[in-house]
Amino acid sequence: MHRDNHSWLIRLRASGAPRDAALADLRADVLRGLRGALSRRSLPDPAFLEDVAQEALLKILERLDQFECRSRFVTWAIAIAVRVAMSELRRRRWRDVSLDALVADGDLRAERVTRASTEPAASCDRHTLLDALHDVMRVDLTEKQRHALVAELKGMPQEEIARHLGSNRNAVYKLTHDARKRLKRGLERAGYHASDVRDAFTD
Amino acid sequence: MALTRKEIEALIRLIGLTRDEEIDCEGCLARIAEFAEHRLVGGSVGEGLVAVERHLAVCAECREEYEVLQRALQTMATRPR
Repeated sequence: MHRDNHSWLIRLRASGAPRDAALADLRADVLRGLRGALSRRSLPDPAFLEDVAQEALLKILERLDQFECRSRFVTWAIAIAVRVAMSELRRRRWRDVSLDALVADGDLRAERVTRASTEPAASCDRHTLLDALHDVMRVDLTEKQRHALVAELKGMPQEEIARHLGSNRNAVYKLTHDARKRLKRGLERAGYHASDVRDAFTD
Repeated sequence: MALTRKEIEALIRLIGLTRDEEIDCEGCLARIAEFAEHRLVGGSVGEGLVAVERHLAVCAECREEYEVLQRALQTMATRPR
């Protein structure tokens, strides 16, 4: 084990003054990393990063036994803090967006209308593929999978999709992963393989 | 709200990248520090980190978090405590 990692773990698992000093050091490192990484972003308020660091410290301590020393301890800790920060920024940005409004009419056939007159030569293959994709989405995906996938394509974060569905980020990832697998198989069944799909959208 | 061409292209790309077995966002978080340190020194990723690389290719949020982590690590390297 890296000596620095070993030292962090011992200090954070201690009690009293050594632990308090370790927490203060870790908080300073987390804040320094976050400030540098997010310096160009518009943050909600001056206390935002302080609040994130505080929440991140709690999560880091909860997960201390999961640290496998595959990296420097501070890198691992900052990765957790970054997730806390970005999750909160996304939540604030998307909290007033309705999932229902976002996914209403996620219709791939609309592309045919908007593109048909501009690219007559290439558009035929694309339109056939898009029709097939639309059919597979309609037939092979559950409504929940379709909504989650369309919302994701429109930029809604998985945490926000999860909030609307009463779920969590990992479960939404699994939901959309299963949806992508179904789409892939559905297209293959319709005669489209990965290379056909890529080629149809290469200008 | 119909999907735009850009969104459809993103979906097509995602379908092309989809594998039967993928790690989820928690799995990615568990290895992202190691992955970022490898990348920071310009090293190639080992077999165990290929799954992280593949997850980043299909997960916009983990990709964004990885980019922020990279900037944090650069800050730590250039501005020592």
